[in-house]
Amino acid sequence: MNTDTHRARARAREVLLAAVRGLALAVAVLPLSVLLFVLALVSVALIPIGVGVVTTPPILNAVRTLADKRRELAAEWCGVRIPSAYRPVPGRANPWTRTYAMLRDPAVWRDVRWLQVDMTAGFVTALLPALLVFYPLEGLAVAAGLWRPLSEAGGYWYGFVHVTDQASALGAGALALALLPLAHRYAPSLLTAHFRLTRAVLGASQAELAERVQVLTETRKDAVDTSAAELRRIERDLHDGAQARLVAMGMDLGTIEMLLDKDPAKAKQLLARTRQSSVDALAELRDLVRGIHPPVLAERGLGDAVRALALRLPLPTEVNVDLAGRADAPVESAAYFAVSEVLTNAVKHSGADRIWIDLHHVTEGAGMLRVTVTDNGKGGAVIGAGSGLAGVERRLGTFDGVLAVSSPAGGPTMVTMEIPCALS
Amino acid sequence: MRIVLAEDLFLLRDGLVRLLEAYDFEIAAAVESGPELERALAELEPDVAVVDVRLPPTHTDEGLQCALRARRDRPGLPVLVLSQHVEQLYARELLADGSGGVGYLLKDRVFDAEQFVDAVRRVAAGGTAMDPQVIQQLLSRRAADDRPLARLTPREREVLELMAQGRSNAAIAGQLVVTERAIAKHTSNIFTKLDLEVSDDDNRRVLAVLAYLDREQ
Repeated sequence: MNTDTHRARARAREVLLAAVRGLALAVAVLPLSVLLFVLALVSVALIPIGVGVVTTPPILNAVRTLADKRRELAAEWCGVRIPSAYRPVPGRANPWTRTYAMLRDPAVWRDVRWLQVDMTAGFVTALLPALLVFYPLEGLAVAAGLWRPLSEAGGYWYGFVHVTDQASALGAGALALALLPLAHRYAPSLLTAHFRLTRAVLGASQAELAERVQVLTETRKDAVDTSAAELRRIERDLHDGAQARLVAMGMDLGTIEMLLDKDPAKAKQLLARTRQSSVDALAELRDLVRGIHPPVLAERGLGDAVRALALRLPLPTEVNVDLAGRADAPVESAAYFAVSEVLTNAVKHSGADRIWIDLHHVTEGAGMLRVTVTDNGKGGAVIGAGSGLAGVERRLGTFDGVLAVSSPAGGPTMVTMEIPCALS
Repeated sequence: MRIVLAEDLFLLRDGLVRLLEAYDFEIAAAVESGPELERALAELEPDVAVVDVRLPPTHTDEGLQCALRARRDRPGLPVLVLSQHVEQLYARELLADGSGGVGYLLKDRVFDAEQFVDAVRRVAAGGTAMDPQVIQQLLSRRAADDRPLARLTPREREVLELMAQGRSNAAIAGQLVVTERAIAKHTSNIFTKLDLEVSDDDNRRVLAVLAYLDREQ
């Protein structure tokens, strides 16, 4: 066997595969696209009467699944990468919030536009490679004798050849032979064209990428500002606190040294004061450390750190943790301080007498950490300027995390936080 | 009394060794990592172990885990855990087996040598030494409308706090500058008001109070 026959065989396989895949796509595409498009339209139309609020998120999710599947196939079959840029949607938020968040996402609208393209041009481009391969094969079959049953009812048209007898059937065969090289040459590229078309409609546009960059720039600026402010605060606390106390202790020790012989009673008194200073300095350092990176978080990870946090609250708090591993340290830290802030808010403003914390990792997609804090207080919490929750939203934003608050007047308040991350 | 000491920072380890030796304790071993501690506890059978929560190699809560494991193998093995910070969560884990002989103190408490040594002796004897901060956390967590606690007089509350730390009647009397009889009266009042079973055994008494304070409402 020489390499030429090898190559020819590989090419033939490729051509045939493109035909089969194109056919499969065309057969699957049309009904699914039509069905989902109609469902989406009806569902959105039903939003004003409330039904649509419940049905829209699952239908749009189904559309997204279909689009994601096509993205996978594009990469796997033709090496066409189609970027996806959906905004994160809070999974446990109430239906209104979810629906609203999804309808605001340009990527979701792009999905719906793509459905229309997919059921028309997409269908045709998927079917073309199949036609190009199977039609010549049919022509050869006609020439080989299939013309007899086909032309019984007064002739059969193969392309522009009218097949009525063996001679015209051979003509059809000749046409098929002429078409075959075309199929050989273009079938795989046509399938690629289908995915290119998909990418043109489904891929994120320049404008959206620009928007994403804008968001990243903002969250980065927030993160840098916040950490700079934190460092300034730590510096000030150390300077005015522990550092000053150590200086005082040093001075006191000098005085004690001098007093030791002259006035032992006074020296003893000063020693007691020095010891107290050291205790105070340690207490200050401890508080400072807790504000930078809580020791339990370093020692035990997020689950136990939140449990320890709950034990410090003046309210009975139930903590449920379901984490199979640990997230990256920055994510753990962000989640911890976000929870801490939400809890402080709940204790201060909600008037609740019970709090529930649920902490778990969702594996769908690339995985994310989901924390819900629920209290039975009077509700009415908002993510507004000046509220602690706005700070939490900013903090989570750095990690593409989202915050959703459901807090009807009269309670209960449920705060949901989600941070995309993997566990290790 | 033979002590196994685990502390990874040289300065602190050295200071503790000197302090304990000054009070006539015998240091069976002074180690600096979790695995070494594990071996020392198994081989040397000390009367009490003084352990830092955070130890190499993981620099997480290796010391605490070691102590908990050792106590599972040898229930009641006296362990005094030291830390730069105290967490009610850890206190709860140490107290969970209900067998006493447990201490959990901030490292700062070492500054008061007398009290620290008293805590070591108490733990070695099967008693309890809980850091005042742990007790305060426990008390502040009880809702203001916790009826039995609200019925205590301020003095009784003070006694309760000291008792929960693991102090004996005599020690409490000394600290509050009253007679032991007065303290005995306070404690019996406390037990009645909290509806706890009165016990003559000091250790059991402390554990009962701690269990009461840590109970979820």
